[in-house]
Amino acid sequence: MNHTGVDLIGSVFAQAKSENRALLIGYLPAGFPTLGESVALVEAMCDGGVDLIEVGLPYSDPLMDGPVIQQAVDQALGNGATPQSVLTVVKAVANRGVVPVVMSYWNPIEQFGIDAFAHELQQAGGAGVITPDLTIEEGQPWIAAAGGQDLAPIFLVAPSSTNERISRICQVTQGFVYAASTMGVTGARDRVSNLAPELVARVRASTDLPIAVGLGVSNGAQAAEIAKYADGVIVGSAFVTAANAGGVAGVRELARELAGGVHRAR
Amino acid sequence: MSTTQANLQGDLPGHYGPYGGRFVPEALTSALDQLDAAFRAGVADPEFISRLVDLERDYTGRPSPLTRARRFGEHCAGARIYFKREDLNHTGSHKINNVLGQALLAQRMGKTRIIAETGAGQHGVATATAAALLGLQCTVYMGAEDTRRQALNVARMKILGAEVVSVATGNMTLKDAINEAMRDWVASVDSTHYVLGTVTGPAPFPEMVRHFHSVIGRESREQIFAVEGRLPDAVAACVGGGSNAMGLFSGFIDDANVQLRGYEAGGEGVETGRHAARFAAGTPGVLHGARTYVMQDEWGQTVPSHSISAGLDYPGVGPEHAWLHDTGRAIYESVNDSEAMDAFALCSRTEGIIPAIETAHGLAGVIRLGKELGPDSVIILNLSGRGDKDVATAARWFGIELEHSEFGASIELSEGR
Repeated sequence: MNHTGVDLIGSVFAQAKSENRALLIGYLPAGFPTLGESVALVEAMCDGGVDLIEVGLPYSDPLMDGPVIQQAVDQALGNGATPQSVLTVVKAVANRGVVPVVMSYWNPIEQFGIDAFAHELQQAGGAGVITPDLTIEEGQPWIAAAGGQDLAPIFLVAPSSTNERISRICQVTQGFVYAASTMGVTGARDRVSNLAPELVARVRASTDLPIAVGLGVSNGAQAAEIAKYADGVIVGSAFVTAANAGGVAGVRELARELAGGVHRAR
Repeated sequence: MSTTQANLQGDLPGHYGPYGGRFVPEALTSALDQLDAAFRAGVADPEFISRLVDLERDYTGRPSPLTRARRFGEHCAGARIYFKREDLNHTGSHKINNVLGQALLAQRMGKTRIIAETGAGQHGVATATAAALLGLQCTVYMGAEDTRRQALNVARMKILGAEVVSVATGNMTLKDAINEAMRDWVASVDSTHYVLGTVTGPAPFPEMVRHFHSVIGRESREQIFAVEGRLPDAVAACVGGGSNAMGLFSGFIDDANVQLRGYEAGGEGVETGRHAARFAAGTPGVLHGARTYVMQDEWGQTVPSHSISAGLDYPGVGPEHAWLHDTGRAIYESVNDSEAMDAFALCSRTEGIIPAIETAHGLAGVIRLGKELGPDSVIILNLSGRGDKDVATAARWFGIELEHSEFGASIELSEGR
């Protein structure tokens, strides 16, 4: 059966819901630290129990990212990462039976050509794209291009978003809504932001789409806390840190710990 | 492909044809909306306008003079060259015009802290100055490479009470300072206003920064009529992000017979790849919140820029300039380091004005332009900043040995007495 990207994301959230748990979503940049190693790292995430993987497209000016991810993407770019590397990693994730989406700042997609990017990503088995610096006002051409390939355009909401904006964002988002839990850049934090539950509640009032919470989650306890009220828990910087410290084994171990947190939360 | 689709959005507010717009994290959208509303309300509020005009007159020292540059003009085929003396503003450049406007808006929005990026340090100094004047907290982000080559301005900012953060990521220049300022702003937006220093970034910054610098064009227009009785044939300026140019151009943009000329940094030569010539070697893309001309590789990764001038060392340019370029309303050329430094020396020795190295790129352009337009032409150059901050760089360039023993010398003198 030929699943579209939007359907794939929908079914993995539905599966988790039937198990009364949240989804675990992990991020790593493609080509970090090298292309070969990044394939092994995402496979370790899959093996450790990550349900959906955000494959990062390394970009020279990552405004939303803190120092951990900045250094990782610099390393990836230094080792020659390109959009082709992203497609390679996306394929590896899809081959493991895990749903891959891409996380990319806007300019690399625009330079690749938005229709070409949507087409090649769909061919590689990608299910959607998270675009952290694309506002919905500027996003219309991309929403059309993604729609043409049944890819999910995934937009972010923030604690500062008005209810009116949240509603408009939810109207054009597919797959799931990415709720940025805190006002700030990516990176582990000691405590999960207390802004997150309120934001998730406001998004719930606007949409039936699943809601995943990201920014600042680094351990099983934090994951469990979010998994009580959100449909998905997103972990990024902590996976980069685990890869730096413990390689493939470190990433697999963190995935297991986080998956444990998500599974026992409710 | 994408540009055609983007063109469909050309009539959205904050766009200049396919350029401009807002490419920012969602967390910043509400702050940009708030800023947009405060800007529109402010510039329509007589009280706000009079506060700004009073500061411009009593604090900045406006209007700035329009000075006929006779001896320099002899090197421009005898053209009648006028300098719009933004170097004589308080803090030494045009930057203060925009900063005072934005700092007043910050107060109006109830924000207690302002942050800024800076390349040459002129914008950072202006922001630190306004913060001191209005009692706001201030943090300035500056590339580590720039803190080295503009050490004087780092000291000025610290004396004024600002915190200066040296940014050691990327190319360690202006682009990287903007990245860090944006990251700060995402996390601090409730209390903090980001005083972006040029006509780029997400809407409403390009329009707002141009507005606060439009005083340059308005004054120039009146002043040239007073001395020449007519419009100039051309107005010219250096273009980094392009705020001083946009301020001057705005006074003449509707006068089809007045040529608009911008000069970007050719660095060591456009052919060497070590330059900041966005129009000569860049392509449309998205950087720092706006679609504009960007120096980038085939994958959309920003390529590091290079210029002897820290203020022009930036791989993007204001989106309105991109549109003026595409429509042919303005013409942009690049000026190499060496040509700029020749003009720097010439201006110093013929007019007794040591210009900023940024401005020297415009001066070099005017030498070409005078030859092109001839001796009867009238040309206004925006003398956008003074060169005190560049004395160390210039001394190195011209092989002038700096005495490091000034204090030692004075001690010897007093001992010999």
